Formats: sequence, C-alpha cells, structure tokens
Amino acid sequence: MTGLAELMDYEDVLSTFEPVLGLEVHTELSTRTKMFCGCSTVFGAEQNTQVCPTCLGLPGALPVVNAGAIESAIRIGLALNCEIAGWCRFARKNYFYPDMPKNFQTSQYDEPIAYNGHLDVELDDGSVFRVEIERAHMEEDTGKSLHVGGSTGRIHGAEYSLLDYNRAGVPLIEIVTKPIVGAGARAPEIARTYVTALRDLLRALDVSDVRMDQGSLRCDANVSLMPIGAGEFGTRTETKNVNSLRSVERAVRYEMCRQGALLAGGSRIVQETRHYDESTQTTLAGRTKETAEDYRYFPEPDLVPIAPAKDWVAQLRETLPELPWERRRRVREDWGLSDAEMRDLLNIGAIDLIASTVDAGAGSAEARSWWVSYLAQKANTAGVELADLPITPVQVARVIQLVTDGELTTTLARQVVDGILAGEGEPDQVVAARSLKVVSDDSALIAAVETAMAEAPGVVAKIRDGKTAAVGAIVGAVMKATRGQADPQRVRELIIERCQ
Amino acid sequence: MSSPTDLTRMTAADLAARIQAKEVSSVEVTQAHLDRIAKVDDRVRAFLHVSADRALSAARAVDEDVAAGRAPASPLAGVPLALKDVVVTEGVPTTVGSRMLENWIPPYDATITRRLLEAGIVILGKTNMDEFAMGSSTENSYYGPSHNPWDLDRVPGGSGGGSSAALAAFESPLAIGTDTGGSIRQPGSVTGTVGVKPTYGGVSRYGLVAFSSSLDQAGPCARTVLDAALLHEVIAGHDVLDATSIDEPVPPVVAAARAGATGDLRGLRIGVVSDLAGGDGYQPGVLASFERAVATLRELGAEVVEVACPHFRYGLPAYYLIAPSECSSNLARFDAMRYGIRVGDSNGASAEDVMSATREAGFGPEVKRRIMIGTYALSSGYYDAYYGQAQKVRTLIKRDFDTAFGTLDVLVSPTTPTTAFRLGERTGNPMSMYLADLCTIPASLAGIPAMSVPSGLASDDGLPVGLQIMAPALADERMYRVAAAYEVARNAAEGGPQIDRIPELEA
Amino acid sequence: MPNISRDEVAHLARLARLAVTEDELTTFAGQLDVILQSVATVGEVAADDIPPTTHAVPLVNVFRPDVVRPGLTQQQALSGAPSAEDGRFRVPRILGEM
Ligand SMILES: [Mg+2]
Ligand SMILES: [Zn+2]
Repeated sequence: MTGLAELMDYEDVLSTFEPVLGLEVHTELSTRTKMFCGCSTVFGAEQNTQVCPTCLGLPGALPVVNAGAIESAIRIGLALNCEIAGWCRFARKNYFYPDMPKNFQTSQYDEPIAYNGHLDVELDDGSVFRVEIERAHMEEDTGKSLHVGGSTGRIHGAEYSLLDYNRAGVPLIEIVTKPIVGAGARAPEIARTYVTALRDLLRALDVSDVRMDQGSLRCDANVSLMPIGAGEFGTRTETKNVNSLRSVERAVRYEMCRQGALLAGGSRIVQETRHYDESTQTTLAGRTKETAEDYRYFPEPDLVPIAPAKDWVAQLRETLPELPWERRRRVREDWGLSDAEMRDLLNIGAIDLIASTVDAGAGSAEARSWWVSYLAQKANTAGVELADLPITPVQVARVIQLVTDGELTTTLARQVVDGILAGEGEPDQVVAARSLKVVSDDSALIAAVETAMAEAPGVVAKIRDGKTAAVGAIVGAVMKATRGQADPQRVRELIIERCQ
Repeated sequence: MSSPTDLTRMTAADLAARIQAKEVSSVEVTQAHLDRIAKVDDRVRAFLHVSADRALSAARAVDEDVAAGRAPASPLAGVPLALKDVVVTEGVPTTVGSRMLENWIPPYDATITRRLLEAGIVILGKTNMDEFAMGSSTENSYYGPSHNPWDLDRVPGGSGGGSSAALAAFESPLAIGTDTGGSIRQPGSVTGTVGVKPTYGGVSRYGLVAFSSSLDQAGPCARTVLDAALLHEVIAGHDVLDATSIDEPVPPVVAAARAGATGDLRGLRIGVVSDLAGGDGYQPGVLASFERAVATLRELGAEVVEVACPHFRYGLPAYYLIAPSECSSNLARFDAMRYGIRVGDSNGASAEDVMSATREAGFGPEVKRRIMIGTYALSSGYYDAYYGQAQKVRTLIKRDFDTAFGTLDVLVSPTTPTTAFRLGERTGNPMSMYLADLCTIPASLAGIPAMSVPSGLASDDGLPVGLQIMAPALADERMYRVAAAYEVARNAAEGGPQIDRIPELEA
Repeated sequence: MPNISRDEVAHLARLARLAVTEDELTTFAGQLDVILQSVATVGEVAADDIPPTTHAVPLVNVFRPDVVRPGLTQQQALSGAPSAEDGRFRVPRILGEM
C-alpha cells in the first residue's frame, strides 16, 4: 500500500509547470444489443443471463458487427466534427484478463471510424475552449467482477472473484483527445467541463445513457507536467476509475500537485496506471507490470472491413439533433435569462433538461420550477447529478400537463414524481397504481373540512372576523388529512361557505 | 470378405436411395455402421466419442418420415456421418483432440451441426484429430493417434485423420473435416478417400473451434466424388452468424459431379503447377502416380499445360506465420476461467497462476510451439517482418493463381509429396511434419476451393496417392466435374474403385 | 534474423500464459529457432508495394440488425465452468492489472 503522496501547492505547480492533459472517455452505447452478438444490453439483469456463445467466448463462436452501433459511432463522430473513415477495421488487442472472455478485446487500432475532430467546451465563466479530438473508435466492454473475501471487497486482498459477463461485449465508443496544452490553471476545470460537454452531447444524440454512476460513461485522465517553456511533454500517468464529473476535476488537480512535488524533489514520474479513490480524493498506483505491455494488435480476421457509404454518412448527418450548446444559446434568448440565472442553471446541469421538458410540451416556468427545486433537491439527497435521476424530461412534461389539466394537485404531482423515481413506471401508471386523484366531490370533502374547522376554532374565529388569509391554515389541514388528494380550490370555497 | 449387401461398403448416395425406397431402414444402416465401429475401431481409433443412442434416434426419425411418405429432408437423409471433433455439438462432448477440453459438453450447436441434423443425416460420433487441428498425422491428439486402415502402422494424415480413417475403414460413408492448410485434403490423399476444401466463406465457420480464422474452412469427406458433392450442398451456404460467410448461391457441385461422371473433359484447360510437381521431398511413386493421372485427364479430352506459380515456394513459410499468429490469439480464451480443465487452483494461487498452469498442462507441445511462434510474430517490432510480410506473400500467391486462372479452368498437383508415413517417423522434427502440407497450402492462403481425389496406389510402396484439383474462388463446381470424370476413368482402368483394394481389417 | 534465446522463449511463454518447464525452454528454444529461420524466408520476397491480403474473397460491411436474439440461460452459461457460485463464474483471486 502506498502512503499518501506529498503534494505541491497548486499555485507553485503552475508557476513552474505547464500541465498537459489527455482525456479518454469510454461510453457504453444504448443499442438494444451488444457489439458483436444479439444479447440484450439492458442494465441490471440477473447475472449471466444476457450471454451467448459469442460474448462468453465459447470455443467456435464468432462475432458479427451490430449495425446500430456503427450508426451511433458515425453520428458521434459527426457531432464531434470528425472525419469519418471511408474504410476501417476492427483489430484484436491481446492481453489476458478474467473479465475478458476471449482474452483479447475486439477494438479499433490504427483505423478508427472517426478521427480529427473537435469539441468546443464552455467553461464556468462562459468562455469557450476548443478541445481537439484525436479519434473516436469502437470497441467492446468487459464483464464485471465481484471480489470476495478480504476485508474491503476490493481486488487487493480478495480470496477469489465472481464473474458476470452480462456487460461483456456491450458496445463502447472510446473518444480520445489530442494533448490539451495551454490550459494552465484551468486544466482541471477544462477536464470537467469537457466531460460534461461530451456527456450532454451524447445525451442529445440519444446514443448512450451516459450514467457515470453506473459506468456507462467513464473517463481516464492522462496528466503530465512539463517545465514552463520546455518543448517536450513530461512522462504521463493515466488515472482510471474516475466516476463523477467532480472527480475528473479533482483527479487532474491531485495528479498535478503530486507530480509537481515529485519533479520538484528531483524524482522522475513513472509511466503507470493509477486509480482514483473517491473516498480519499487521491490517486493510487496500480500494480506495476514487470514487462511492458505488448498487445500484439492485428486485424480481426473474424470480421470484414467497414466502408460506410458517403450517402449513408450524409443521411446520418441529417439525423443530428440540435446540439446542446446551440440549444443553450437559443434557450437563453427565448427565456430572457440573465448571466447569473444562466450560470445557476448550467451549474446544476438543468438547462438541457428544462429545454427538453419544454420541447415535450411543458411551459418554461413550470419546467424550470420542477427541475431547479423539487428534482434538484431529490438529486442532492441521492448524491447524483440532476441528469442522472431516473426521470426523463418527457415524463416531467407529462406530470406538468396533468397538473395543468387539474388532474393532479402539486402535492399529488410530487407523489407521482416520487413514484417515477422509485421505478414505478410512467406518470399515468403511477397515478393509477397509487390511485392519485384530485377529490372535488363535496360529500367526500365536507367531513374533512368540518373536522379541520372543529379542531381549529381560533382560526375559524379569525376568518369570521374577516381575516380571509387565515383560510390557508384550514386548507392545509384538509390537504394533509386527504393526503393531498383534495381539490384545494373547492376546499377553500367550502370553508368560506361555512364561515359566513 | 465383404458381401455385395454389406451396408458399410455402399456409397452414401446408394444408401440414401435404398432408405427412400424402403429397401433398408436408416436404423439398419446406422446399426451396421455402429457394429462396424465396435468391430474395428479399437485398431483404427477413428472416433473419440460414439453417440449411438442419438444416432439411432435420428435414424428412427428418418424412418418415420419415410414410413409416413414425407419428402426426405435432404438427398442424404438417413445416411450416417462421422463429425470431426472440432465441430461444436450441443450435448455431445467436443474436445478438439485436446486435454484442455476433456469432458467439455457445449451448450450450443455449430451451424454445420445444425444443418446436418436438419438434413436428416445421422451423426455417429466425433472423430479424432490433431490437437486444435494442428498437425498432419493425428499424432498430436491428446487421446492418441488414429491409424491408417491401409496400414495400421501408418498415419491417416491430419489434422482430420479420424474422419479419413473412418471412411477408409468403412465405419462411415460420410465425414466432415476442416482444412486450414490441408487438413481435409492431405488425410484424404493418404487414406485413398475424397476430401474437399470449399472456397473460404462457402461453409459457415460458426461453431468450428477456431485455429486460424482467415484460413479455416470445413468441408465434405467421402469415398466418392458424388457423395462429397451431395454433402457439400447440405453444409454450404450463407450464414448470418459468420461475418466471413459468402452471401451467394452454393455452387452447383452435385450437378457438376454428375456431369463429370459422363467422362468428357473436352474443352477444359488444365494447368499442371510445375512448382508443386517435383523437387526435394517428393516421393517417386507419388510423382509417377501424378503423371499417370495427368495422362488420364488428357485422354478425357482436357487440354493440359504446365503453369508456373513462382511465389508458391513462399507459401509454407507464410502459412507457418499466419496460422500460428491467429492461433496464438484464438487459443487465448482457453484459460480455465469459464470452461475446460482447471489446473493448480490451490493455496492462494492467483488467476494468472492458474491460467498459466492450466495452459501448460492442457496444451500439447505442437500447440505450445505454434502459440509461441505466433506470439513472437505479432510482437511489436516483429509484426511487419513476419505477420505483415506473410499477408503480402498471400497477395502474391493469390496473384499467381489469378494469372493462372486467367487462361486455365483448373490447376492440378499431387495433394501431398509422400504417401502415408509411419507413426512416430516425423514427431521429433516439426519442420519435416510441416512439409506434408507443401502442396495444399497455396490454395488455403488464396482461399480458393481445392480437393483431393484418389489417384491410385504408389508404385514404390503400394499406398494411396491423391490428385489435388484447384479451382477459382466460388467455382467449386469446376473441380467436382474434373474429379468425377477422373474417378470414373480410373475406376474403369483399374477394374473398380480404388478403396476396394484396401486390406481387410477383420483379422 | 532470428536466433532465439532461452530468455526470449521464457518471455514469449509468459506473454502467452504458458508455465513451461526448464526442459521445455531448452527444447522449444532449439525448435523455434529452426522454425523461425525457415519462416523468415518470407522476407526474401520484395513486397514493399504489395497490399496485404486478409481474406480470400473480399467482403465489406457485413452487419447484423440491432435486434435481440435469444442467448444462453444462466445454467447453460455456467454448465462448463470449472467453478461457479451464485450464478457467477468463480475464479481465483485476480492480481490487479495482469
Ligand atoms: Mg480502449
Ligand atoms: Zn452474446
């Protein structure tokens, strides 16, 4: 176990070194089936039930490329302003690891499907930084291992491991940046905002669930330092296991400070893979290899080349949606937001969600209100990004519609949202299953109104004295007694009738 | 002595016709072959596994169809077949001749297996082979070698020696082989049987335990050209589960075999590949047989010319780079984690320890050699000089063929430089074993169809020799036409099928 | 070009996860040397401007539709496993990056 590394003060790092970043983002595509077989990709199925001879690597089984994955890969490439290869292939990356059934990963090596692009990233202060994209290539995911025994449930010290191959073979797109130079103090922020922008883009393309918490979006951060003015990059480390946007920023910053301390102390940086530890917010060295990696890449002989027709690529270009930053610009103007309001919405990642909710038919005020208050609270409590809540803009828009139509009260609507978040299904299913209906039938309400009035004679007296604002207290009590199902307008009328 | 009614001596076409005519039942045919296996296989050792119950129940199903007057599922319905143990069979052990998969029972069927079953063909069992199809003698089988029914002290060829021995020993009228560098044709040649490697992509590879993906091709084995053609049409055709499978109609090989049997090759231009017809390592008896065969083709009306294919001599080295490279990757999956044997799992051994110990114990020496050669050839720094260069040689060999086929319809050569060698004769020297594939490798590298048809017995040792016929990609029917014509002529000249001259095993 | 040493064979064996014995190292070193000398003759052909061939019959764009196909049951998947537990494949402890 490595002890805690010495860290250099961040300002000192910047006064001596220029950070160089390289970001590799893996995203699982939300195709129905895996990259090379017809197994389902749905998350959370019982272990080893979404497997077949191909993705289990059984002797004799063969891969066949999923057309849907190619389509998604091309659309991603186009949205990242990449060139799309006229001809490319898969290759085998050979290394042994128990979570990889064939002991090679079918990936793309020197012939990626998309290359030479860029992504313009909006930083926290609204300025724009262009990140150059080296390539976006297709590959397949590995299975998942559960480490048993030992104290931590981690790989180190485990007695044995249990493998589930449901995820093995799920399509991945790996997006690799060119070296990001010149970021200076903003390197950590650029890393975070780049991954955020990429996530928003992938979501807008509807090609991935982009859930960092579930691993459908993963970031590896390559960091190195070079003395200011030096022409040559320093030795880099690659930090894996960075599971949230905040962690991306912290991991980069931590590595800068760790490497700065080492370099300043006259040590050399070891080129190695490190793992981000969420609990300590540090990076830890992986097991060093006694021999250099030699993946023995060669063209995958079980597959034939991919040569996307120009027409097809042109058609796919037509399917590109309004891109997140374009939409943001539009929304800001449409809603007349101030800089501060815009930044607040951006900070919690609500802009796209609100815009999508509006696109799905909701009013912009209601849409904003739901996402920035009730849902933002829910995300905060759950410790996830707003966008990672298991509710879609379309569902929120439906809930708003039900309120507008008078089918639900705000209180009931919140219960519907709770139900959706709990996985109980679509808004209308939750309404039905929980029997959530506004009660405006007098016979059902009168008893509740009279009970509430009897329990609060003081309030009733005030109302009779003409202080009509006090009605709210009784209404509140009735709403509580009816678990929110009463129609508050009718309740108010019934109370005032009885006080006259 | 065999009697004229001995069911094990008949051709597949004959058996199928008799079953449909209700002269004999498929159960009787199947039982006759099971009895034959019980009688001789302790000496031939063609089979690793006999599935008598499954075979008989498949036979009964065909008999029920016949009784009910239903149309046969295929022209070979009810006929028994021996399946090379490289083909995956659900519920039936599949070992690939390796200790690694001892007792492995697959949970799925290869496409070939499915097509055979759907055709009403009766699978008798799984045949012996060199481990992972690497070898030319079956001596690399973990389960011991098969023996050549012509001389039990000799090898039946390899890797598909179990399938060829089963045919020559009358244990089965049909067999399936797989050919990567000659593993169907060379065993066919040394056992006096017919072996066909179709165009690469003509038969699905889904469910063939992979050796070298860009070369592996399954094909039919039989005692006659027509039987091979009938089986070819059953197993061939596009398969969506194999991305390298060709989406084109199956070449009309049965019609070609029937047409060829009329014995007329007029108008056909045949090239004798001078680079594969003599030189170091060719047995005089083989060359003499080949010359007689070429003379026969002329007599049948074909125009025969010599053709040079200057890059063929690089075929063997290119093959022994490409095949090991691909195998080093294909065989990585045998790691003791998900299936197969597991060795050394004790006392805190790591997964890596167990993988290495299992692979050490589970693979034989030839497999290990090839894995290491392939690992070497793909290593960074060596890739261009080895694997990369070998793939370029492949282009040159393909161009040699393209040039030749520009003016010629088919090419011919001996199938293998020598007749069957003695067990143990080449096991100590891997290079000498590799030479057995000298003539078959060029067609493998080019992916073109090629077959071996018996061409008499060598004058020097009295053992079978094979004539190799090669055709352009997707023109498999051309070689069947030539083979069938030649078969008829040779049978006529020698007073009956060559296989009838095999010594009796019943002693 | 080749002249393969025992150490190189040991390195290859490690890459290929083969726990070869000392005796094998010696035997294999000799055999691999002979084989590699022989196959190195592919280098004699001038082929700088020759494209590589990977498949005999060139095909491109062989795809399958993004449609779910039935696979194996958990029981079938685990049927050949040397060891299984709780619906998963049980494997010896994994030493981080291998
Ligand atoms: Mg990758
Ligand atoms: Zn699968």
